[in-house]
Parts: sequence; structure tokens; C-alpha cells
Amino acid sequence: MIELQNVKKAFGSNAVLCGVDLSIAKGESMVIIGGSGTGKSVTLKSVLGLVTPDSGTILVDGKDATKGDRDAFLERFGMLFQGAALFDSMKVWENVAFRLLRGPRKKPRAEARAIAIEKLRRVGLRESVGDQFPAELSGGMQKRVGLARAIAADPEIIFFDEPTTGLDPIMAGVINDLIREIVVEMGVTAMTITHDMTSVRSIADKVAMLHEGVIKWTGTVAEMDATDDPYVQQFIHGRATGPIEAVR
Amino acid sequence: MILLSPVAALGRATMAMVATLGRVSMFTAQTLRHMITPPYYPHELWHALIAIGWLSLPVVGMTAVFTGAALALQIYAGGARFSAEAVVPQIVAIGMTRELGPVLGGLMVAARVASSVAAEIGTMKVTEQIDALVTLSTNPMKYLTAPRVLAATLSVPILVAVGDAIGIMGGFLVGTSRLGFNEATYLKNTFDFLEVWDVGSGLVKGAVFGFLIALMGCYFGMNSGRGAQGVGAAVKAAVVASSVLILASNYLLTEAFFSS
Ligand SMILES: Nc1ncnc2c1ncn2[C@@H]1O[C@H](COP(=O)(O)OP(=O)(O)OP(=O)(O)O)[C@@H](O)[C@H]1O
Ligand SMILES: [Mg+2]
Repeated sequence: MIELQNVKKAFGSNAVLCGVDLSIAKGESMVIIGGSGTGKSVTLKSVLGLVTPDSGTILVDGKDATKGDRDAFLERFGMLFQGAALFDSMKVWENVAFRLLRGPRKKPRAEARAIAIEKLRRVGLRESVGDQFPAELSGGMQKRVGLARAIAADPEIIFFDEPTTGLDPIMAGVINDLIREIVVEMGVTAMTITHDMTSVRSIADKVAMLHEGVIKWTGTVAEMDATDDPYVQQFIHGRATGPIEAVR
Repeated sequence: MILLSPVAALGRATMAMVATLGRVSMFTAQTLRHMITPPYYPHELWHALIAIGWLSLPVVGMTAVFTGAALALQIYAGGARFSAEAVVPQIVAIGMTRELGPVLGGLMVAARVASSVAAEIGTMKVTEQIDALVTLSTNPMKYLTAPRVLAATLSVPILVAVGDAIGIMGGFLVGTSRLGFNEATYLKNTFDFLEVWDVGSGLVKGAVFGFLIALMGCYFGMNSGRGAQGVGAAVKAAVVASSVLILASNYLLTEAFFSS
């Protein structure tokens, strides 16, 4: 469903993606792992067109993602940003219901609010949180609001950029279950970036490892545990020594 | 080579300026297009009208009252040199409506609005809120820029009109209390002398200044660099650019309106 072919991107002299090839089937949950600063967020953003690759092709449903009606294209997506990126001028529930309050999917305000409150509940937030402003919430709560916003309009494809970072272990478990549930029950195609190996094991159908601008390894979770690839081994066991340098 | 380098530097600076000019023109064209094509965001427009128009009233009013008062004193003192003290009401009126109302009002609004718009949009850019808008199928030009530019274009002329009235009142207060003018004569001289186009030209200037202020705020906000430093630079650039553009366009408009 999503296919990246030889995608390259450099910021000035900093070559971040040096030919990424990755393909994700419909209804599959792909997890991207890799060191900090290797370009995982940039990869997600290139698919959404927020970052324009220098070269390479990105296909969604076989069609070039950079061409055609962008709004209609993005209607199919939900995105959780690494920094949550909540609109601080709006209440939490209005953030979650953003898509439901305007545009082609506009719903009556009361109905939009009810949906937003329901989504907030699914990410473990009380109704009263809905009437607060994002700046009044903790980092982990903001993250979960961002997640609720990403799933609010029931998109077909959802990108999660570090959904469990900053959450306590119990809440991380709740979020992992939620992501799994969304993929299994609603047939959503998901692409998740995470550093949390528990999270990888509970949400991934497939895992891809990004290193030095390319996908170094890809396979299922079982294959990941069995592989003797030194990069994957070092990463999943969190060893300071190995082929991946600690200073980047 | 050494001799050529100043020329090369000049060339580079010129190229950079032309490039910026091109980008600003593109941005302007996009803004205009998004202002007239749906979807519209009336809620955003309403908020912008409050923030840009209504909340600027105190600043513009204060500026106008003190300017009108000082103007009356100066004209009186200057006029006394050739026994023309009596023209105070007329000159205050024409000075406020044609020049000082729009220009000083515009500059005060630039300080207040270009800065806050650039800071707000720049922060949204830096914290990925603009990216988030895009992923939620909302065009930031349409949702953020168009309503602000429209609101400023509509509300600055109204601010100028209010400023004109308050400035004339400032002159009136000083004229009648300090300079010995009769109240009824002062008002009569003001309104008999003032022509519609004196006020009208000031309002047109106000609309142009309002457009430029919000446009610069949005442009520099949208193109803000990364981090707090990037936002700071964007705010500074927006205030400087809008102030300079106000003064330059004021000259051009005055030339177009009044030179015979
Ligand atoms: N807009 C940008 N301008 C310049 N450089 C950028 C930009 N966005 C990302 N980069 C650079 O690209 C590289 C990869 O960034 P990215 O955010 O994708 O990392 P990441 O893999 O998501 O890391 P993390 O796990 O820490 O989030 C970094 O070196 C970063 O400095
Ligand atoms: Mg990242």
C-alpha cells in the first residue's frame, strides 16, 4: 500500500536518507527502529509531503504521493507527531475533533465533541481534560491527546512517531494495546516509530531498521529475535558497543 | 580578483534581494487567491478582527490624542512666526487625516500586530503545528494567513478613522484650553475646511498598511527558522519590514493621490 523506492534527502550537507526502500502492505503494522537522528521522523514526513525528498519515489496505492489532490490524499491519513504538535490556541477536545469541526467531514459541534471525548477516553484521558488547554497538560498527556487526534476521524493509514515516549509503563501498555486494536479491528495500515522494544513486540507485524540513511534490516518480530544481524542485535539488546557507534 | 570581490558581493546581495522579492510576491499572490476562494474560516476571521482591530484601539487612540495635542502646539508656535496662529484647527485636521493618523497609527499597529502574528505563526511552525494543520487537510495559508490579512485590511482603516477623530480632539483640547481658541470656532474651522478626500485618502492608506502589516507578519512567521532564535529573528524582520513598507508606500500613495 505504501512503497518508498530509493528515497534520498539531505539537509544542506547533512545527508539523512540515502536511498530508503520500504514497503508496507495494507492492514499491516510496520515498526521502524533505529538510532536517534537517523531520519525516522523525516521518513514519515516525506510520505506525507511535509518534507520533499531530493529524489526517489513514494507510492501510495500505486500512485505517486507527491502528485494529485493533496487534501484528498491527506484525508486518508492520521499522524501523531513526535512533539504532539497540539494547537495551543484551542481546547483539547477541539484539537481532537479538528477534522470533525471543519471541512468535508464536518459534524455538528455536540456530535464532534462526543466523538472527541470518546477518543480521549480510549487513550486513557478523562472527559474533564477535554476542556483544558494543551499547555495545561503534562508531556505524556499531550502525547496521548495527539494520538486521540490522529485516530479521531478514523483514517485508513496512521503514522505514530514515538507513541509511548514519555508515558509510564502502564499507560504505554494501554497505548500499545490501542494501536494493536486499531490495526486488527479497523484494518488500519500503521507505521510506528519507537525506541521501546516492548512496544515493538506488541504492535509490530514487521520491523524495519533504519541506519545510516538506509533500511539495514527488515523482517517479522520472530525473525528479529532470531537474527544474528549485528546491528539489530546491538539495537534490541541496547548494547553500548557494536557496529553502531554511540557518538552520532 | 580582489577588485572584483566588492562587485561580486554587490551582485550576490542584489540576487538575494530579488529572490526575496520573488518569494514575497508569490506569497502575496497565494494570500490573495486564498482570501477569495473557499473554504472560508469565518471563526478565524472573527478572532483576527478582535485581536488585530478591536484590541489595537487603545494603542491607536493614545498615539492619536498625544500626536494631535503636540501638533496643535507646534503649529501654533510655528504659525506665530508669520501671524498665522489661526490656522491651527485646519492644519491639525489635515495633518491628522492625511498623514499622521494613518502613518503613526499604522506604525503602532505594525509594532503590535506584525510582531504578534509573526511570533504566533513562527511558534506554530517551530512546534510542527503548521505541519499538523497540513496533515489535517487544512491549508495553513487559508486557515492562518488569509483571515489575518483580510482582518487587518478591513480593520486598520477603521482604526485610522477613530485615530483621526481622537487626534483632532487632542488638538481641540489643547487649542481650547491652552491656546485660547473658542470651542465653537475651532470645530467650525475644522469641519468647514476638511474635505472628504482628506479623510478618504487616509483610510485607503490604512487599508494598504493593514494589508502589509499582516502580510509581513504571516510571511516571516511562515518562514521562521528553527527554535526560539528563529522565531525571534522572524518577529524582528516582520516589524522592520512592515514599518519600512508603511513609510515607503505612504510616500508612493501620497505622490499618487496629491501631487499635481
Ligand atoms: N527541517 C529540517 N532542517 C534541517 N535538518 C533537519 C530537519 N529535519 C530533520 N533534520 C535533520 O535530519 C536528521 C534526522 O532527523 P529525524 O528527526 O528524522 O531523526 P529521528 O530518526 O526521528 O530521531 P529521533 O529518534 O531522535 O526522533 C537530524 O540530523 C536532523 O538534524
Ligand atoms: Mg524522530
